[in-house]
Amino acid sequence: MAGGHAHLLYRHGDSVVHRLPAHAKLISLVAFVLVVVSTPRERFWAFAAYAALLAGVAALARIPARFVIRRMVVEVPFVVFALLMPVVATSERVVVLGLSLSQDGLLSGWNILAKGTLGVVASILLAATTDARALLLGLQRLRLPERLVEIAAFMVRYGDVVTAEMQRMRVARESRAFEARHLGHLRVVAQGAGALFVRTYERGERVHLAMLSRGYAGAMPLVDNAPVGVSGWVSAATLPLAAAAVALVAGALA
Amino acid sequence: MHVPDGFLNAPTSIATGAAAATVVGIALRKARDELDERTAPLAGLTAAFVFAVQMLNFPVGVGTSGHLMGGALAAVLVGPWTGVLCLSVVLIVQGLLFADGGLTALGTNITLMGIVTVAVGWAATRAALAVLPRRPSSVPPAAAMGALLSVPAAAAVFVMLFAVGGEASLPSGGLMVSMLGWHSVIGIGEAVITAVAVSAVVAVRPDLVYAARGLQPVLQLKQADGSIVTVNAATGATATGRRRGVRDLLLGGGAVALVLAGVVSFFATGNPDGLEYVAGEEGFLKTARDHLFGDFALADYGGVGGIPVGLVGVLGVLVTVGLGVLVFRGLGRSRRSTSEVTDR
Repeated sequence: MAGGHAHLLYRHGDSVVHRLPAHAKLISLVAFVLVVVSTPRERFWAFAAYAALLAGVAALARIPARFVIRRMVVEVPFVVFALLMPVVATSERVVVLGLSLSQDGLLSGWNILAKGTLGVVASILLAATTDARALLLGLQRLRLPERLVEIAAFMVRYGDVVTAEMQRMRVARESRAFEARHLGHLRVVAQGAGALFVRTYERGERVHLAMLSRGYAGAMPLVDNAPVGVSGWVSAATLPLAAAAVALVAGALA
Repeated sequence: MHVPDGFLNAPTSIATGAAAATVVGIALRKARDELDERTAPLAGLTAAFVFAVQMLNFPVGVGTSGHLMGGALAAVLVGPWTGVLCLSVVLIVQGLLFADGGLTALGTNITLMGIVTVAVGWAATRAALAVLPRRPSSVPPAAAMGALLSVPAAAAVFVMLFAVGGEASLPSGGLMVSMLGWHSVIGIGEAVITAVAVSAVVAVRPDLVYAARGLQPVLQLKQADGSIVTVNAATGATATGRRRGVRDLLLGGGAVALVLAGVVSFFATGNPDGLEYVAGEEGFLKTARDHLFGDFALADYGGVGGIPVGLVGVLGVLVTVGLGVLVFRGLGRSRRSTSEVTDR
């Protein structure tokens, strides 16, 4: 269960990776992760190669390793799951350090750990090098339904506002000496959630009226529609192509 | 609960992605019935609300905490289709901007947390509302019912997906039991928060609560000449009453059928395992020495091979519901066009 989402991951910078168009980055990343996911789990060195590729991208984007590692906590629940796998899986047993572990479970645990970690790092690199507005434009260019992109745009725009509203409610509770100590206090917090919904919805109605008064007729104008140069696509394709090459070699050696 | 990359194999991820895309596509069109042209700002703000509320952590057991999924809450407050849209957008944004949940697992995450929680939560809420007295104060307990069931339902679907595309020979029976047990506890927390939050909204602005539409008392206006005129406070709700009925039947019935086919049949297949265990008690001693956890050793004793029964049930229900929806839509369209003709 992941908790705080309070801060966007974006790290302002001006690198090759930052300058790539968002939709090219998105496609490149999805392709990369698909290659990683479909690699057989026994090719241990292939995963090392993938990790090296991602490290290369991080270096190009000048994202420090510490930044990436700190954000990797979102993966923790599944790491626990992966670590349990050798214990609970049912297959031939091998004895490691005096523990009876499932061989298949060990491989499955490794599989989840390796692929999950590579996926998380890839996502972190995308989020760190692409700001929210560019990402939404990228989604729009990828022909995601316009209405969905609009909803996402509103969510991104007002996410911080609503979160701040919730923080103010928390400050108000705590300044009246309230402290959630046991389950009975859930009621107070949940009532706050209800009040938050009313405030949020009413804000939405005001936003809609403001949009109408500025000429909104059911669709937002597309602000930026510059085409992507060939060079952008080529550099974006480097990562998945390199990964595919690794996967091919791994397949050939099988 | 955000599933990362590589947890399920590529075919399963792609299949759940296709399912999620289909449902979100339908939801995009259906949400217009719930919110008309205000969809974008209101659904966007509600998504921001769900996003904020998901940060509410509550203690589950010793030292661990769960957080609100918000599927049932969103369905009750803004309607099931808008709820699906809001949850999906939250998950997309979390995946892309916060690296929470894998990119290739986005479809899986939307299916689990955006669609299953909303569908089951809404179906259970409607079922409870059908039994409870028809007044706005019935909505919070009904919402609690929806939230309570929505969390274990998502966990059950997750276990089923894992049994199909998990690339590990985990005993699905044991995994199912532990996941359902754990998430039932989380479901209680979800139910309490949902019920209290909904009742706070019902108390202030009952008109905002989608599930409370049509439950407001009928107004009786006394005219100046002494005659009494009854006015339905929620005229909009009665105008769309018939269509909502059909949709609810589809949604609710489909969800119940899915749960029965997918979850209950799993327990049905679990039965022979136990019987077999009793029959071969001597063999048990040997297995128990091999395994660290006796429970899981028992579960694998029956050895479910091939495709799990639950999956077949779920697929059957999905195909049936799909066909049913197609037929209904065809009927509805022809009926609507004839009524238009007669109106003129």
